[in-house]
Amino acid sequence: MKNKINIVLTGVGGHGVITAANILGKAAVKAGINVYVSEVHGMAQRGGTVNCTVRLGNVSGPLVPSGTADAIISTEPIEVLRYIHYSNKNTKIITDITPVIPFTVSVGTEKYPELENVFQEIEKYGELYKIDAVKIAKNAGDIIVKNIVMLGALSALDLLPFKKETLLQTILENIPEKYQDMNKKAFEEGYHTIKKQI
Amino acid sequence: MEILEDKPGKQILLLGNEAITRGALEAGIDVATTYPGTPSSEIADTFSLIARSFTKQNKQPSFYFEYSTNEKVAMEIAAAASISGLRSLTCMKHVGMNVASDTFMTYMYIGLRGGHVIVSADDPSCHSSQNEQDNRYYALFSGAPMFEPSTPQEAKEMTRTCFEISEKLQSPVILRTTTRLNHARGPITLNKIQKPRKKGHFEKNPTWVTTPAIARARHPELLKMLKKAEEISEKIEFNKTINIGKPDEWGIITSGVSFNYVKEAAEDLKLNVRILKLGMTHPLPRKMCEKFIESCENIIVVEELEPILENQIKTIAYDIGADVKIYGKTTGHFSRLFEYNPDIVYRALSKIIDVKNILKTPKPSKIQLPSRPPALCPGCPHRATYYAAKKAQPRDVIYPTDIGCYTLGREKPLEMADLLLCMGSNAGTACGLAVATDKKIISFMGDSTFFHSGIPPIIDAVHHNHDVVITVLDNRTTAMTGHQPHPGTYFDGMGRPAKRILVEEVAKGCGVEHIEIVNPNNIKETTDAFKRALNHKGTSVVVSKAPCILLANRDKRKQGIKIPVYEIDQNKCRKCKICIGQFGCPAFYYGENNSIFIDEQQCNGCGNCVTICPFDAIHKKEDK
Repeated sequence: MKNKINIVLTGVGGHGVITAANILGKAAVKAGINVYVSEVHGMAQRGGTVNCTVRLGNVSGPLVPSGTADAIISTEPIEVLRYIHYSNKNTKIITDITPVIPFTVSVGTEKYPELENVFQEIEKYGELYKIDAVKIAKNAGDIIVKNIVMLGALSALDLLPFKKETLLQTILENIPEKYQDMNKKAFEEGYHTIKKQI
Repeated sequence: MEILEDKPGKQILLLGNEAITRGALEAGIDVATTYPGTPSSEIADTFSLIARSFTKQNKQPSFYFEYSTNEKVAMEIAAAASISGLRSLTCMKHVGMNVASDTFMTYMYIGLRGGHVIVSADDPSCHSSQNEQDNRYYALFSGAPMFEPSTPQEAKEMTRTCFEISEKLQSPVILRTTTRLNHARGPITLNKIQKPRKKGHFEKNPTWVTTPAIARARHPELLKMLKKAEEISEKIEFNKTINIGKPDEWGIITSGVSFNYVKEAAEDLKLNVRILKLGMTHPLPRKMCEKFIESCENIIVVEELEPILENQIKTIAYDIGADVKIYGKTTGHFSRLFEYNPDIVYRALSKIIDVKNILKTPKPSKIQLPSRPPALCPGCPHRATYYAAKKAQPRDVIYPTDIGCYTLGREKPLEMADLLLCMGSNAGTACGLAVATDKKIISFMGDSTFFHSGIPPIIDAVHHNHDVVITVLDNRTTAMTGHQPHPGTYFDGMGRPAKRILVEEVAKGCGVEHIEIVNPNNIKETTDAFKRALNHKGTSVVVSKAPCILLANRDKRKQGIKIPVYEIDQNKCRKCKICIGQFGCPAFYYGENNSIFIDEQQCNGCGNCVTICPFDAIHKKEDK
């Protein structure tokens, strides 16, 4: 295991980014690994940008220094670029491919950049892996498990200092019985989608 | 509930705020009070969650908890409990301390018998606040002992210790946190949960009554207490020196979350330094500081916001005639503004000590990213109230506003928030604007804010016959901070039934002669009500009553009631843009051919857009 592992999770309010970061933290505690998690969220209940950091190993605080992220996991393409200062050439970047159009764009005051340009731009900064997490989540049963798809995807990176099973088990321990299958499916499909790309 | 597990030695992941609650439980907390405010809210919300789970099972929790009317009341309730020998905790955001400070400053004179921990959650960078005041000044101002945790684990340990020290010194103690501690999660090692004392005993004693004679007698006692506190500060495990590498002439003095950045930077930059990590920062351990200063030729002080440690360290260095250079805010290496992060600390330390900074920030992307500013939720009843008020008088109105979701009414297209100071300021400033200008004044505050500090300015308005329209946006919750109950709800923070106090009855009791009670989701009637209120010469109050859409929809889902979705009939739409350009619901967007659509994912089904569309182009999806 690396001395320090820095993971940045980003997305839009309502995507379950904070929940995902929290689950990662719980899995680390379960595996007996030192961990800090931080969450930053805007004032609105929904629609604002969300940024969490998870740091594992020999770390003394939750904030990730610029240029030191081992992975950036995003539930929305442009949100990767918003936090791209965390990246370096070796950063593995996984993003969902579905844009969430901000209100500022829908009312016509700002523009959402061309998606292809966004992906090309991300590739200049790190190793990009794209995933249709919305589709996978819907296939698994509900768009709400999109964050779990992303956790499955993250566990395919060979980065986490604990077993993929530990993460899945932590997820399942934190949700009601009736949603277990849906979450399992979402997690496994996320894992396999990225595993194939590596 | 994991946080209630009585398994000493077990590790669990907790939010800094939850860790404080756990620390209080381990100390045998009897009474916890608060007024909610980010970033402190989860401390109290965790007490509430525990209490409600007990109430649900018809059991008594081990402590009493309440969301008090405001921070001052919260502090007074807990103070009386501690004066009666119980252990109590009061938590609030930094600006809440301003509200409670009148109580606090004199409370410091009379002291207590049972431990009282006052948690101040400061918000450097104003993530969700109207200022970034440094509440460490309250410790210096009042004489209260103060602790500053760096990690969630330390927050829990300090909370526990604070109760003991508070009792030893017979003084309230401040636990001063910042957003980055409150909202960080980390592993916590559990200790045993102590049994609370349950019933206090108030011993009558003239010293509890701060007449001038008593106050004069108590002030020297406060200073004596500070002497004792300093002795504790010299010995406590939270104040210590940590060596990185082979320390030579350089020393760093730091506290709170800054310590985390300093430690990692010192390790990563391979510095040879000794770090004085201060956990109990008031009073400072003077002897320890003297010794540390004498061991260094150069000292860097790293602390967010005000140079509070820096100035004290300089004073001590002067007193002992130390030949030492002190770097920090006065030398311009650190800012008094905003919260710190690793980048800031790595950069400053490498510059001061003249070593290479290992952090490499990639060049920012040239792609212009659209912003995602916070906005009133789709279906928010506040939007409907705003829209109706604007319809009633479109021009020449000043809109004083207040602290809550409705501050977001400042954004386009509504732009109906013109002046904001603090909780309750809407109505006071409304009166002032009526005196100073010849404009119409419509002010806005939420229901929780009304109870918190909105009532005295209404009384002022009535008594002086100020010509203002004061609007209370009554959505039956404290929405912005996470839907806490308040005096206008049917239940309290422990989940017990509670007497609901009606805004309009209070307004009537204050002597308001013109009161309008409206449902903002009926926009036409609400507009008429505002027109009548504006025509009334003197003070009028509009109570706009509709539940927060997030709560309303949550209840609907629980009851199995379907939440409708609305759509636009493109054949009827004339693109007048009232829905998107004037009402400004974020569920609307421009799609193909610049036509306007409603995003089904975002629509909360309030249906107000149906009323405002002049061409009858919007309808429920199922209606088609």
